[in-house]
Amino acid sequence: MGVLIEKTFPVEAGAYETAGEASTTIKRTLKQLGVGAEVLRHVSVACYEVELNLVIHSLGGELILQVEPEKVTLISKDVGPGIPDIEKAMTEGYSTANEEARTLGFGAGMGLPNMKRNATEFDIQSEVGVGTTITMSFALK
Amino acid sequence: MEQKRFHSVRLERDKCRACTNCLKRCPTEAIRVRGGSAHIIDERCIDCGECIRVCDYHAKVAVTDPLSVIEGWKYKIALPAPSLYGQFKNLQHISQLLAALKELGFDDVFEVARGADVVSRAIRERLKKPDLPRPVISSACPAIVRLIQVRFPDLIDHIVDIRQPMEVAAMIAKKEFARKHQVEEKEIGCFFLTPCPAKMTAIQNPIGHEKSAVDGAISVMDIYGPLSAALRKAPVVEELQTSSDFGVGWARSGGECDAVCPTESMAVDGIANCIRVLEEIEDNRLNGLEFFEGAACTGGCVGGPLNFENTYVARNWIRRLVDIRNAELNVEAGMMTKYNLYDSRRILPNSAMKLDDDLVEAMRKMERIEEIYATLPGYDCGSCGSPTCRTFAEDIVQGNAREMDCIHRMKDQLRVMAQQMVDIAETTRE
Repeated sequence: MGVLIEKTFPVEAGAYETAGEASTTIKRTLKQLGVGAEVLRHVSVACYEVELNLVIHSLGGELILQVEPEKVTLISKDVGPGIPDIEKAMTEGYSTANEEARTLGFGAGMGLPNMKRNATEFDIQSEVGVGTTITMSFALK
Repeated sequence: MEQKRFHSVRLERDKCRACTNCLKRCPTEAIRVRGGSAHIIDERCIDCGECIRVCDYHAKVAVTDPLSVIEGWKYKIALPAPSLYGQFKNLQHISQLLAALKELGFDDVFEVARGADVVSRAIRERLKKPDLPRPVISSACPAIVRLIQVRFPDLIDHIVDIRQPMEVAAMIAKKEFARKHQVEEKEIGCFFLTPCPAKMTAIQNPIGHEKSAVDGAISVMDIYGPLSAALRKAPVVEELQTSSDFGVGWARSGGECDAVCPTESMAVDGIANCIRVLEEIEDNRLNGLEFFEGAACTGGCVGGPLNFENTYVARNWIRRLVDIRNAELNVEAGMMTKYNLYDSRRILPNSAMKLDDDLVEAMRKMERIEEIYATLPGYDCGSCGSPTCRTFAEDIVQGNAREMDCIHRMKDQLRVMAQQMVDIAETTRE
């Protein structure tokens, strides 16, 4: 059996005031584990983007951090609304962020592309009315 | 790794009352109270001086050199920090202060503000390079650089590879004095008049280069009395000031940004505020930001714990002394190439926050920490001697604390034991 660290962080929809807290704790955990600077930077960026996505777009969900000796995995699971066209959602500059999010300076349409760019492996599964699951892994050398 | 760790910030054990004030304020969780007094974990301390500021019993002190240190040198040059100019109420001309310094036994004075002029120019050049990761982070505050080494190792690449104004000033001062008076550089001692302990540490234990060009640091607090007396007598006989208003402006938070990159830059003061913004930089939240100036002290260097004057009063005096609207950096031709302004050594991460060098072992420790943490009350009261319940759990796992150091856990344990005694008493009665 491999060693595994798993931590779950609930993320509330629309909670802009606490957005980024899960990311801060995740970064702290990885620094304590001694994860190297380069991986840390990739995880930081992707983690904040995915946390923010849960706040802006989802009806609520959770962020799960898993650490294994060879990789770090971030999983974002929400309870809806689901993405009708994933390919479109992955396009740079495309955003469905609402007025409130845009007023706060979000919704540049770079969230998902940024996650994909920073993760070693990126997977997104979504079903309208059910929810979205994003799985990102980051290889540890 | 640094081999020898010099720290300016020290504890005077007999004054320490083992309260939790410093414990709570330390930005790198470097303080523990054990055995009736605080102690500082050397590997984690960044010499920011927060604990000096919050200690009501003056048990935290900064070790600096006494003024008498200059007597060991044939030629002595004072390097006043720009923030020194903000310490005197009725100072009309900076030259007057510089003349007063000469009365204290210095053969010459070289303004660190002029070093700041040169450094400002060098940073402007660096900012033209698009390949440097953005935002470029100032290297001026040594406590912030060390904070990044300990808590933000992934931002080390952002730190600009240019030496601090103090270093640059010392290099230029020595070379110019040696040439002018036909003496050898090694006979000249340069002494920084410092507002903070972090600079003292930076001299003894430089970060981006091998040896400091500065030979000692005298605290502003120590020199204030004699300097005030000299100032009253010192006439303004000559125009000694050579620094620009940009250079002097470095004394306060935002001054470096003004001199380097007035538009897409951000100046943050106070170490807790710096931590918050560095977290955002780490997450790529500050898109478009070109330059970040962080100062550990509130207000910037005028807020240094070794200053005499109140931060805000000093900041106000500086404001009255400088006018950057028409300022121009005073950098002579050739200065950019004649001196080695750049770091000669890579800045390395400080691994003091790591649980273990081995990832798997670190993961095992983290599992244990989570288990222990779940049993703790979460009051973060500090009574156990660790700053928070979480750090207490870490300390237990690292073998530096015992579970019964927690008075709340101890109380629970006593309750169980008391109940057991009652139970025993009841059974024996029957």
